[in-house]
Amino acid sequence: MLLAMLFIGVAMVASLSNYHRLVAIHRPLGIMILILAGIRLVNRMFTTLPPFPPTMSQRERVLASASERMLYTLMFALPLVGWGMLSAGHYPIVMFGPVHLPPVLPANPTLYAVLRKTHTILAYLLFGTFLAHLGTVLFHTLIVRDRLLNRMALWPIGSRKVKVENAAGPSPKRSAA
Amino acid sequence: MRLFAIGMVMLGIAGLFAYVAGWVTPNVLTPGRIVDRFEQVNGPHPGFRRNHAKGVCVSGWFDSNGQGTALSKAVVFLPGRVPVIGRFALAVGQPYASDAAHTVRSMALLFKLADGEEWRTGMNNIPVFAVNSAQGFYDLLLASAPDPETGKSDPAKMNAFLAKHPESAKAFQLIRNSIAASGFADSSYNSLDAFRFINAQGHVFPVRWSMVPVQPPQPSRPAMAPESGTNQLFDALISAIHSHALQWHLIVTVGQPGDPTTDATLPWPANREQVDVGTLTIDQVESEDVSTARDINFDPLVLPNGIAGSDDPLLSARSAAYAKSFTRREGEPKSPSAVSTAETKQ
Repeated sequence: MLLAMLFIGVAMVASLSNYHRLVAIHRPLGIMILILAGIRLVNRMFTTLPPFPPTMSQRERVLASASERMLYTLMFALPLVGWGMLSAGHYPIVMFGPVHLPPVLPANPTLYAVLRKTHTILAYLLFGTFLAHLGTVLFHTLIVRDRLLNRMALWPIGSRKVKVENAAGPSPKRSAA
Repeated sequence: MRLFAIGMVMLGIAGLFAYVAGWVTPNVLTPGRIVDRFEQVNGPHPGFRRNHAKGVCVSGWFDSNGQGTALSKAVVFLPGRVPVIGRFALAVGQPYASDAAHTVRSMALLFKLADGEEWRTGMNNIPVFAVNSAQGFYDLLLASAPDPETGKSDPAKMNAFLAKHPESAKAFQLIRNSIAASGFADSSYNSLDAFRFINAQGHVFPVRWSMVPVQPPQPSRPAMAPESGTNQLFDALISAIHSHALQWHLIVTVGQPGDPTTDATLPWPANREQVDVGTLTIDQVESEDVSTARDINFDPLVLPNGIAGSDDPLLSARSAAYAKSFTRREGEPKSPSAVSTAETKQ
């Protein structure tokens, strides 16, 4: 959903023929992500994380926690900046049909310009963080093979019980395809 | 091998991102490139609209007579009064250009509906639009651009444009044959693009709308030359509003099946049903320097529930390009507008 949103966002600002259609999806989807991010944060506060796999060094663990905090911050910041930016730009914040949200900031040209730029920068930052996150998880799952993905999944992935100590290092028998 | 696969996945996602952002396709027309072309042909005018750059802001109200409710469930058509802010402008890219009788005049309005919704519309005093696509508009901007040395546009470029866009050649003929009113106050303003009205029963009507003046036509001023004053059209509008409120009827034209909704260069047959849905009254006029209307994007697709865009490709393109122009000018330092209401105050 986040990734779809980033793609919609970057496509719509470059599109003439689909601009309106994409903006009409972008606005309510952003607010939905804001709500889901809230639910996620509450859930995160009341659950304990599974332990890091022993293959991760102390430095890697600190980095992983920092990138998680970054993802959460951006999940909240992007929709909030978007909402504020439309308010400052004197736009009605239309969700669907006659349903719309109240402005959260006063209309102000400079404020709009700053928030509009911030929205873009944060979106690129989120895309970068997502790519780094994805790359790291793929690296751990496919190369280090320490079942890092199980920390994220709702249920254990894969049917075989593999001890993480034995799974470290690439297996020569399996191709990467 | 696995490492390579991971690299490919990451590159693939990043590449797709760059592609949809238009970074790898510099020849595809984007909102940014349209606004760039305005800046290219008009020169930089930071803080001003890239088109319809010279204007003055107004306010008043709209009295709905209730006739529109048969066509649209939009609350603006319930009987009653709705506050309106707006802007009259000339379709020029240079904010200090002299007023000229043949320049396209525009009326942009924002209706503030009781439930917090908004209806924004930008209308022109021409019977049809000059182009029917964003590409046509982009080409026309360059073809009609004045030569930096002579200050005149190149007829050869214009002829090449008209050969490539026969729809524009026909539209220019219609525009030339229409009788332009002498000023802002006695002009009719037309939506040009088609829209859809949706009523409470769910019926959908293709529509175009016009603001038709209540004030009678005024004779043209004999001296419409630059030396007779650079702002004479705006000055006449300002003194007219200072002396009495101006009024227009909002006339909705209902299309029939087969009437073109995707092509703003084509007129609809003259015998189509026309519904007078209410009266616009403009009683206040303010310079852009002090009005909130300066910082409003009159995006034609900011519409209330009950009004929707048609499949006319110009609507989405206008929405996109206006947003780009708005974003650029809002971040730039502001200069005083050429049109000041103080000079003409009685």
